[in-house]
Amino acid sequence: MIGTAARRFLVLLIVALPLALFATSDGAWLMKVPARDREKVNPYRDQTDAVAAGRRIYVDHCAHCHGDDAQGTKKRPSLKSARVQQEATEGDLHWLLVNGNRGQGMPSWTKLGDPQIWQVIAYVKSLH
Amino acid sequence: MKTWMNSYVVRRLVRAVYAVLLLMGAVLPSCLKCHAQEYPYFVTYSQEMEEPGNLDIESFDVAGSPKGGNSFLGSDVEFEYGATGWWTTEFYLDGQATANESTIFTGFRWENRFRPLPGEHWINPVLYVEFEDTSADKTLREVVGHDGNDDLIVPNWLARQDKEREIELKLILGSNVHGWNISENFIAEKNLAGDPWEFGYAVGVSHPLKMAASAHECVFCLEKFQAGAEMYGGLGDADGFGLHLTSQYLGPTVNWTASNGMTVGFSPQFGLNGYSVPVLYRFSVSYEIQQFLSHFHRGGGQ
Repeated sequence: MIGTAARRFLVLLIVALPLALFATSDGAWLMKVPARDREKVNPYRDQTDAVAAGRRIYVDHCAHCHGDDAQGTKKRPSLKSARVQQEATEGDLHWLLVNGNRGQGMPSWTKLGDPQIWQVIAYVKSLH
Repeated sequence: MKTWMNSYVVRRLVRAVYAVLLLMGAVLPSCLKCHAQEYPYFVTYSQEMEEPGNLDIESFDVAGSPKGGNSFLGSDVEFEYGATGWWTTEFYLDGQATANESTIFTGFRWENRFRPLPGEHWINPVLYVEFEDTSADKTLREVVGHDGNDDLIVPNWLARQDKEREIELKLILGSNVHGWNISENFIAEKNLAGDPWEFGYAVGVSHPLKMAASAHECVFCLEKFQAGAEMYGGLGDADGFGLHLTSQYLGPTVNWTASNGMTVGFSPQFGLNGYSVPVLYRFSVSYEIQQFLSHFHRGGGQ
């Protein structure tokens, strides 16, 4: 027999799991970014070489999902959207690239290392 | 005859690498945006999963000359697919060639890796489950229990009679700190025929030679290289846990990613005690096909 507390916990789990998954989709990841991460500033901001390097990294690792021109594909979002270009700070994007959003198919890119992550962000932000 | 430079083994190695390059050459024309960025490990698994939808084709080769036995070349070809962001599945085909004996197919393995925690942490755990059906295997993709030099001097005709159907579990822990990747594996393996659980470990640490990317395309620039070190060995079995009568290896490791995305790796790994093969030379070639299934759709794979 399952006790009352255990039954409540199970019901909570069953209800909370889909909610948690739903909550992380469609840009809800922005809500999860800690303030200290959101305020991070790109050390490569507005550097022409960094934007060019970021473009190379983007083509190698990101274009197959987000499209050659970053307009998005059937299943993956555009990186020229207002959410990415205006709503999200550089720090937000850095947090997303470090942590990923696995439920939505976005992997973590820590294997690139911080400098290359910031270079990609410099490129993406140059697309506005 | 017993040095790793044995011409038979070198010929087999050249043929193995040639076959892999041919296979990749066949794939390349339809896959101009293939790209891989791998850590330079041969035995150690890192916390990184295959990106969802990507297929990584890899060949790992190891050449060695066990004391009192014939030189050998163990090879495997791996097909690693990112099923989801938290699940990677991989299928291996194994074979080996032993000088003065034979060249044989030694079996297959199927493994799955699961990353239970979302997000990135100081230490990122990954759970690994593998089933393997092999015999006379010399790929040495892990060392467990009392695996050692003596297992590699058994003639192929005799070793093939010993079928190994095994379940292997790994706890993979990985961290990325200031560009360094540090990965640790704890291995438990069980022969389904009833032998006791065997244990092993692997540890790897690596760093790219340059962190930031160049603005212009380059071939041999430092950012294309990753270097590090790897150490692994057996930890005995359920009847006797520890380092007694186990083989241990340590060596530097390096890889290079070409402009077309192919990654080539090399590592000389040195046996640390008399129970180990004196030196193992490991080579790898890998190639990643991004969004593999989209190549079969109309207008896909562009």
